[in-house]
Amino acid sequence: MKPASFDYIAADSLDMAVAALAAAGADAKIIAGGQSLVPMLNFRLVRPSVLVDINRVADLAFIAETENDIRVGALTRHHQLETSPVIARHLPVLSCAMTHVAHLAIRNRGTIGGSLSHGDPAAELPMIALLLDAELHIASASGTRTVAARDFFLDALTVDLAGGDIVTEIALPKLPFDTGWGFEEVARRRGDFALAAVAATLTVSGGAIARARIALTGVGATALRAAAAEALLVGHALEPDLTGRVIDAVRAAIEPDTDLHASADYRRHLAGVLAGRALAAAWRRAAESAA
Amino acid sequence: MNKTRDIAVTVNGDAFEAAVEPRLLLTDFLRQTLGLTGTHVGCEHGVCGACTVLLDGDSVRSCLMFAVQADGRSIETVESLGRIGKMNALQESFHEHHALQCGFCTPGMLMAATDLIRKYPLATDDDIREGLSGNLCRCTGYQHIVKAIRAVVGKSGDVR
Repeated sequence: MKPASFDYIAADSLDMAVAALAAAGADAKIIAGGQSLVPMLNFRLVRPSVLVDINRVADLAFIAETENDIRVGALTRHHQLETSPVIARHLPVLSCAMTHVAHLAIRNRGTIGGSLSHGDPAAELPMIALLLDAELHIASASGTRTVAARDFFLDALTVDLAGGDIVTEIALPKLPFDTGWGFEEVARRRGDFALAAVAATLTVSGGAIARARIALTGVGATALRAAAAEALLVGHALEPDLTGRVIDAVRAAIEPDTDLHASADYRRHLAGVLAGRALAAAWRRAAESAA
Repeated sequence: MNKTRDIAVTVNGDAFEAAVEPRLLLTDFLRQTLGLTGTHVGCEHGVCGACTVLLDGDSVRSCLMFAVQADGRSIETVESLGRIGKMNALQESFHEHHALQCGFCTPGMLMAATDLIRKYPLATDDDIREGLSGNLCRCTGYQHIVKAIRAVVGKSGDVR
């Protein structure tokens, strides 16, 4: 058999999952969609003694709307996010990003909580969580806590989760209707991990940018926000000179790696090009919503 | 650590009960425990798509799931689509359009396409290509597979 032996606990409630994790100690792993974990198990890159399966914890799978936020349960599958009318209305940049996440058979199974907890450096969901200033709700035997996405992603495949922690819910502030968005990604094939991807939002008031957000993935150890580039945009209209300076700031903010798919130089160049396109799309959409 | 779990699974409409080790992949359960060798094993880490099956109607990689996780669920494999002499519309279209050569990827292609056709309009051939980007074929260059699916999309048939 491919994976090493493990003991298996199918939790049917969050309480049972948290208790099982606490009892199992640091060597336990949560399995949700398993689309990143099972390959690592099959390669025996990870050999947990216990797998706690949360797929039957039905109340972790939901998409709910509050006044200001969209609340997404950690077990919500990628394909549900991709096709949710609530997400399409309030977080269209997320709907768009989901169509780039792997392939249908992966999206049918993979979960938002799993993707964020895994923290792949080229995945789309960490970038979107950063872009939208999401908050993650985390439970453990010692209680619950809330972590801002900007504090959650620490390094490649390393996030602010301890052994007994489980992400339960992600709160994503709705995009105001006067806010335009853009999403651009280049991958070797549709559904592959991004060589580089950029997501941006622009809130425009009276012809000038009141708030700008630019997030990137695939160009460093974690997804990141380009804060210096964002600051250049505030107070101005999006014009070619400004876009050029923002692109330079984006390229200065990243330290991509070279691998067999693309060189660091190519990724840095690409990130700038994609940032320019994403900002142009966001500016256009903001203008359309104001019209 | 090796203690087995009793599971009850419906596969292609038939109920099965078995005792499985938790680490037994669904692929290996289908092929080795149940003898349903239509589902093919390629990369065993979720890249090639050859092992794609339907779980409660949704396409999944059976190498990225454990049999124990299928307890109480319904699985459909390529054997559910048809048989020689009575293939379904998608299988007939693969035959008509020469959409297979060695046939290794075909079960995964058929199951992936079945779910794609149900869930997406597939208005353009690019939509079909993008939908199949997670299924590797080393023979056909994909042209005939895209044509076979194109011929079925929009037709009423038993794949929808």
